[in-house]
Parts: sequence; C-alpha cells; structure tokens
Amino acid sequence: MRRRLFKNLITAPCTEPVSEPTDLFEVAGEALRGAIARRLGRSLAIREVDAGSCNGCELEIHALGNAFYDVERFGIRFVASPRHADVLLVTGPVTRNMREALERTYAATPAPKWVVAAGDCAAGCGVFADSYACVGAVSKVIPVDLVIRGCPPTPTNLLQGLLWLLGGVGYCCHQPTRR
Amino acid sequence: MLKALFAASSPDRAHHGWPRVAVDLDVWRAIGEALREGKLDLLGLWGDVGAVQCVLYEPATRQIMSASLDARAGRVPSLALFHAPASRLERSAGDLFGIEFVGLPDPRPWLDHGRWPLHHPLAESPRPGAALPPYPFLGADGPSLHQIPVGPVHAGIIEPGHFRFTASGETVVRLEERLGYTHKGIEKLLCGKSIDAAARLAARVSGDSTVAYSWVFARAVEAALEFDPPPRALWLRAVMAELERIANHLGDVGAICNDAAFSIMHAECGILREQTLRACATAFGHRLMMDCVVPGGVAADLELPGVEAILSLTSRLRRQFPELVELYENTASLQDRTVGTGVVSSALAAEFAAPGYVGRASGRAFDARVCVPYPPYDAMPVEIAVRSEGDVDARVWVRIREIEHSIGWLERSLAALPSGPVHLGVRAVPTTSVEGAALVEGFRGDVLAYVRLGAGRRIERCHLRDPSWLLWPLLEAAIEGNIVADFPLCNKSFNCSYSGHDL
Repeated sequence: MRRRLFKNLITAPCTEPVSEPTDLFEVAGEALRGAIARRLGRSLAIREVDAGSCNGCELEIHALGNAFYDVERFGIRFVASPRHADVLLVTGPVTRNMREALERTYAATPAPKWVVAAGDCAAGCGVFADSYACVGAVSKVIPVDLVIRGCPPTPTNLLQGLLWLLGGVGYCCHQPTRR
Repeated sequence: MLKALFAASSPDRAHHGWPRVAVDLDVWRAIGEALREGKLDLLGLWGDVGAVQCVLYEPATRQIMSASLDARAGRVPSLALFHAPASRLERSAGDLFGIEFVGLPDPRPWLDHGRWPLHHPLAESPRPGAALPPYPFLGADGPSLHQIPVGPVHAGIIEPGHFRFTASGETVVRLEERLGYTHKGIEKLLCGKSIDAAARLAARVSGDSTVAYSWVFARAVEAALEFDPPPRALWLRAVMAELERIANHLGDVGAICNDAAFSIMHAECGILREQTLRACATAFGHRLMMDCVVPGGVAADLELPGVEAILSLTSRLRRQFPELVELYENTASLQDRTVGTGVVSSALAAEFAAPGYVGRASGRAFDARVCVPYPPYDAMPVEIAVRSEGDVDARVWVRIREIEHSIGWLERSLAALPSGPVHLGVRAVPTTSVEGAALVEGFRGDVLAYVRLGAGRRIERCHLRDPSWLLWPLLEAAIEGNIVADFPLCNKSFNCSYSGHDL
C-alpha cells in the first residue's frame, strides 16, 4: 500500500487536457453558454437520471470520474440528490415506467436548473423511439437545454458538453488567481 | 433425464442450435417435477403467441433442450409452482402475452406498471392499457421493524429500480425488488424487423454486454439459417468478448472496493479499464464495441495497429494488475467488509442455475464456454474459476481469476488467429419459419437468444434472456441478515443489469 502510494507520488498524472468542442451537440440557445458559470461560479452539481437507457451511457458517464478525464478538476461533481443539483443529466428513451420518476426528480431540483440530455435515446433518435413502452426524447417530458449525441457519447463528448455549459474549455481551465 | 422426458415426441425440424420438442401438459408437469428435484436447470422461459417455451439444461449430461407447450387456450400450468426461479419469468410472460399461468404462487404483474397504452402488448390482439392498483409489496410483521424505500432514482450513476427494505435496526429482514422501470418494449420492437435492424436492437439490450448480446443474437440467426460464419470472424468475436469481460470485471473490482470505502482500488482499476476501452476503440472502432459483431461475421477486420494495441494492453495488465490483487488481498480493512458478506448458499445457486461469477463463487461450475462450448472456445478452451464461499470476497476472486484467464486467452488467440474473410453475406431465404437458439457466456453470465425468422427473413419472434433474470432473486437472499450499509457492496458484487432484465 505504501509502496503504491509512493509510486503514485513520483509518476506523472494521466489526466488529459480537453479540446474545444466540435459540432457534437445541439443547444437551446447560444445565450446559455457561460450563463451557468456567471450564475453559479465554477461549480456544477449534477444529478444523473437514467430514464431507461441500456446502461451504455452510464458506463461512459462513469468514466468521466476516472483519472484520464477527472471531471472534478473543473468543479463538476455528481451528487446523490436532485435537491443538491444544478443540472440534471438524463439518459435513455424515457420509458413510460420511468416518466413519473423523471418528472418528480425535475420538480425536486431547485431553480435555477438546467437539463442535459445525453445519448441518442435521450435526444429522441435512438433505436427504441417507436416503442409502446417509451415516450421518446427527454424534451417531450421536461425542458432540455443541451443535447449531447452519441451511442453512447464518449467521455470526451460528454466533458466538452458540460464544459460548454460553464462557458467553454478555456474558461474552465482558468486557474484561480492567488490573492 | 432429458432424453427420457422427451422420448415420446421428436424434435421440431425447423429449430436449430439445440433440439426443441413440443410437449403436452403431462410432460410440462413432469418438467416441473424434474426442476423441483434439481435434476434439471431452468435457463429461460418466455411466451409466444399461443405458446410458451422453456429451455432446460441437464448438468449431468451437459445437454440443452427446449420444450414448448400449446397455450392457445390462454392457460398453462405454472412451473413456478414447482420451481421458484420460474416465477418472474412467468409473471413477465403473463404481462406481455396475457397467458394465465395456473397455480402461479405470485400473480402480481411484474413488467407492467400500468403505464403502457396497451395491456399484453405482444398478444395477438392487445387490450387498451389502464392504470393498475398500487403494487402490493410483501409484508414483514414484527415489533420494531421499519421500511426503507429506495429508488427508482438512486444516489449513484446507476440504472433505475426500486428496493423495499424491511429492517430491524441495522439488519435487513427482507429485501423486495421492484423492477421493470427500464422496460423499453424491445421484444415488440424486434417483431417484423430485418435481421440487421434487429441486430442493432440486440446490441442495446444491456450496454455493458453489447458484444455478448450481438454474438448470441448472431449465433441464433446463423443457427436458424444453417449458416457458418468464417473462422476468422469467430475468433475475432471471442477476442471482443474477452476484452469486454476484462473491462467490466476491472470496473466491478474497483467499484466493489469503492463501496467498501477503499477508493484507491477504484482509481487504479478505473485507469486499467479506460486503457482497455481505448484498446477496444483502436482495435474495433468503438469503445464498447457496439455493433461490431453482426450476423454473418464481424463488422470490421482487426488490423495490425489493433493487434498491437491489445498486446500492449495485455502486457500492461500483466505488469500492473497483480499489484492491485496484492493490495486487495493484503488490506485487512477491505477484507473485513467483503469476507462473509452477502453469502449465496450453494444450494440456492444450484436451484437458480446462477449464471456467471455469482454461480461460480457459490460452487456452481458452469461456464457456457466450457460446458456447452462453441467456436472458438472448443478449439482453445478457457479455464473456469470456481469458489465455494459464496460471499462478496469470492465473487471478487472469481472476477480476478477470470481477468487473468482472459489475458492469457487473448494472447494465445492473437497468435493463433486464422486468416480469411471476416464477413460473409447470409443469403439463405427460408420459405417457411425457421428457428435458432444459442447461449453465449457474457461477463455477467450466460446470455440466451431465441430467434424465429419468417418470410423475407423478418423476425417473427425473438427472446433475449439476460443472466440477471436468475441473479436478481438471489440478491434478495444474499442481503438477508446483513446490515443495510452493506447493500451497495452486495449489489455491486452481483452487478445485475436492470436494462437486460426489463427488456
């Protein structure tokens, strides 16, 4: 254990820089960009809601926490309750059996709140869209501010999308100045 | 036993993969008796229009057979009356097809929460849906008992499901699961689809097992059409399946330790898992290898950079993983949480035909790659890791051994990869309905597929059975007598799929 910790002290971190986003998402309005950062500072508390995904999106959202993407370095963290959340990150084609739970989670999130729909299913263009058991896009149930596509979206896509909400990669990489 | 049961009738000639026999009510009941006596394992049970079908495995002879029973009258005798593992399978078949299972001890709906526009959506003529009365949870009476409802939205980044704990102080007296929240109606979506469109759906039944699902679906289709994919494709499928196993087991080992508040393992395993996914992306073009296995072969060949990426991954794992195993083994505070926690008895594991690491950690030495071998595992066998303790620790050790076995298998297979094409068009067009069934060992356990193809090679009926069907009920048993705070640990050590179960 001690040997391991010592080794980690002297080896370089595997955390990687994040590139500026390409054209992987759709947004409700350009005005949103940076608005969250202005309102909340450099901190973003996310409540993830699986509204019936195949769990592929969850695997990649999980990966955001690993040492390569290390989402917490940007002040982004996943919280256990919608009561603590600024953003709901919703995946899946919103199954009818999950609809009420999603609506109630949204209602339990304090304003101001934003919703990110992650993955093709949440965007409404996934393979389950036509089912009797699915509502379809997340935007059919609650208002959506940002859509990150992909089946599943890669951690890089997800990270770029979340950083976009905070005003961009450059903004988020900004180091706090010493007083 | 199987042979004697089905001696009276001959197998259906349209069914491939293993025999399927149409049976009468007497044989159906005799199957129930054999299941009760533990002579047979129930691998799956599902409904069809006017029929029910079950898949049986005989451990003594390692034989698999399907039995189908006419259900046009709308009523069939319940197997759950004899054999508890059939219960949720029959409740689901009832929800989807409107078949009544006479004598079913638990007649509550399972997948149907009263939210669909249709009742019995897969029946020949579905009825309009209507709200159902509130779901009655099982009772637990006694002084000082309290209930803790959890979910469907959980605290972590996991799938939705509801858990109803009844606890006495800290100790769990009863856990009851309420699933079905991620029911997407996949079986109905599959009906009428082309083989290619259906393959994309099958790949998304449970994202963590996408390779296993694509493979089992492809095998069932290929069995139905009596088509042999090219040898190189078979080997590449197995390479993908072993990479998927390594990635998921790494994630699980880290997450189990994390739930015991030992986060360094989570961080270290997370790095290795990420490197595994990146090797997959280099080798096959997708981090989770979604849609990489297709009926007829695989979507793309493995080129030299991919081989190098996989070999560099295996050598990295060989260097770094043993250190983590040592860390797990030598950390007393961690062992204190995992050893003796969440025990599944070997009797229960045998009764439920517990798939995968849960079964193998409780002494059930079943692995589809070994017990019902399919190419390429028939030519290059894998080792099977079995423990008898049945606790969280045993399930971690089975995973650790499987990671090691998979690393070795990958290295040997890459040296033995046959050359040739990786995909051949499946040209056969059946004139009548043809059926195929297959079993593939995913990381979580054996995944079962049944496919019936009709005119124009459209899917008439397809059923995909996730190993989680047989694992979820065991979690209820494993947690009994443990403290509530150990539930995340037990749950993670099972890592059942919600999406694969709910379909």
